[in-house]
Amino acid sequence: MISVESLLRERKSKGLGNLIGYFPAGYPTVEDSANALIAMAQDGCSVLEIGIPYSDPVMDGPVIQKATEQALSNGFKLKNVFEIVRSIRSQSTVPMLVMSYWNPIVSYGLERFAQDLKEAGAQGIITPDLIPDEAAEWIEISQNLGLERVFLAAPSSSEERVNLAAESSRGFVYAVSTMGITGERAQLDALARSVVDRIRMFSNRPACVGVGVSTLEQVREVNSYADGAIVGTAFIKAYEQGGLEGLRAKVNELARGLD
Amino acid sequence: MSEKLSEGIGPYFGAYGGRFVPEPLIRALDELEATYLAARKDPKFQSELANLHKQYTGRPSIITEASRFAAAVGDLRVFLKREDLNHTGSHKINNVMGQALLTKIMGKTRIIAETGAGQHGVASATAAAYFGLECVVYMGEVDTQRQALNVARMKLLGAEVVPVTTGSRTLKDAINEAMRDWVANVDTTHYLLGTVAGPHPFPTMVRDFHGIIGNEARAQMLELTGSLPAAVAACVGGGSNAIGIFHGFIDDPTVQLWGFEAAGDGIDTLMHAATLSKGTPGVLHGAKTYVLQDEDGQTLESHSISAGLDYPGVGPEHAFLKDLGRANYLGIKDSEAMEAMRLLSRTEGIIPAIETAHALAGISHLSSVLPKGSSVVVNLSGRGDKDMETAGRYFGLL
Ligand SMILES: Cc1ncc(COP(=O)(O)O)c(C=O)c1O
Repeated sequence: MISVESLLRERKSKGLGNLIGYFPAGYPTVEDSANALIAMAQDGCSVLEIGIPYSDPVMDGPVIQKATEQALSNGFKLKNVFEIVRSIRSQSTVPMLVMSYWNPIVSYGLERFAQDLKEAGAQGIITPDLIPDEAAEWIEISQNLGLERVFLAAPSSSEERVNLAAESSRGFVYAVSTMGITGERAQLDALARSVVDRIRMFSNRPACVGVGVSTLEQVREVNSYADGAIVGTAFIKAYEQGGLEGLRAKVNELARGLD
Repeated sequence: MSEKLSEGIGPYFGAYGGRFVPEPLIRALDELEATYLAARKDPKFQSELANLHKQYTGRPSIITEASRFAAAVGDLRVFLKREDLNHTGSHKINNVMGQALLTKIMGKTRIIAETGAGQHGVASATAAAYFGLECVVYMGEVDTQRQALNVARMKLLGAEVVPVTTGSRTLKDAINEAMRDWVANVDTTHYLLGTVAGPHPFPTMVRDFHGIIGNEARAQMLELTGSLPAAVAACVGGGSNAIGIFHGFIDDPTVQLWGFEAAGDGIDTLMHAATLSKGTPGVLHGAKTYVLQDEDGQTLESHSISAGLDYPGVGPEHAFLKDLGRANYLGIKDSEAMEAMRLLSRTEGIIPAIETAHALAGISHLSSVLPKGSSVVVNLSGRGDKDMETAGRYFGLL
């Protein structure tokens, strides 16, 4: 299976951008979320980001909060994420990352989670509330299993910390576009570009921009200087309003920014 | 790890603590840590804070021997460390004045705070008024109802109170909301966290600001009784008033440390907030600590009649002291706490906060484990005015 990092590089070398599509596992049900993610891969997302619902999602804005709360109240269990990954993998070669706050993984058992995830066919984990400084065990385990790991770099990160994020990440570095939580922003901060510039100073690790990216123009703009655009809230909204068809339309629209 | 327990300054307390927060917050935490560590050994900062406490907070707080209360619960001497007499009515102001001074030093103009019982929110709104800072307080919607009087106090003091309607609508969700605000406004804003939970340096810094409780109490007990007490007791929500009084005695091996957490309807029911008794190690609100969680690591809703103890996490240093066996933790039911609230009111003429009443109810447990006639110091963390509506309904007085 192709790694996230190889895929991002391969597409870039062909002059193509990347769209990394986030959707919450179990929203609104386990089966629906698998179908939504499969559709996202079919219609133009180059990488999937499967969000694990968590009771205390401090990085997330209201739209994602509401969706993940609904997933939990509809009975989402952590082990369902492996089903979802398997179901996507049975239909697609798309690289997949799971995005999870740290506690669910700790409670499942880090090593067991990593093994089960790999066995199901995913490529790695994005850890929004795990900084490299606290990640020694995860770095070792992911290294041994060949899983990718994505850490965040923020507008507020010092050069030293940007460097640490780039050195510690495999797959890509998640460049947080703005100081704030997930959601849509009318204008993408100039900050986004400066985070990517700083990553480039230290590393040739791919850098993808997330938080606040929601329009075709933004996807195009981000792909002009970064290795990919990460979109979540806009997809959930499209799904809320138009179901699977609405979601497909939004993915198709944003994917036009990748040529 | 330093040899003396009193000297631990984080980021880890044994296996607990650390910083499990999104990267955008790290710079602010680094800045806060650097500012605090400098202030910690800066005599000018220390004397400024001491002056504020003398002239504004009303420190030192007195110790009152509660003889009639003691006689009613067993064969002990009971001493109350009167944090209820501080300005704004609880221990919370000790930490707030310290962090407000740091806010000024960092050049920030806005503070945000979470609050459960409203005492920390009131103290924060008070400091904001005193120092001329903008103040926003996040409070679970459930708590805005059961602590309506404190909402009015915060507003009168000029703070904005934001009711939080996500999750369980209590303290834990107010912390999430405050963190979200902080990420977005970190350049101008200091998050004035109200307990010893959260990412480093909060557990260390907040503990140090409350260390004054234990330091005063130790000297006062030596002066009053000529010896150290057999035990020190406090209620534990996030754990700030408890760690504050514990630390004065933590290197005195003869002094037992007792923390009383909220057992709600009972720790064998689902309706409690007894994190140390019934929780398991995990990560919550930026620290590795004990957490009430399900098998998937989802935080469970806690339940307590007392808004200030209604929290499914606890400060990491308490998790460490529990594992070490240096401190003991026991759950106290709503009904026991309410009985203790009434008892102290009737025997001593002191109406305690319902949070505090958990520590008072704990005294009857201590009378069965301590030698007859032993002295116990209880941190009387707050006064009960804010709880009159709850108590009035509970006792059928309204
Ligand atoms: C009077 C009083 N005591 C205790 C607490 C519990 O907090 P902590 O455990 O941090 O002392 C509160 C919290 O609101 C309080 O108002």
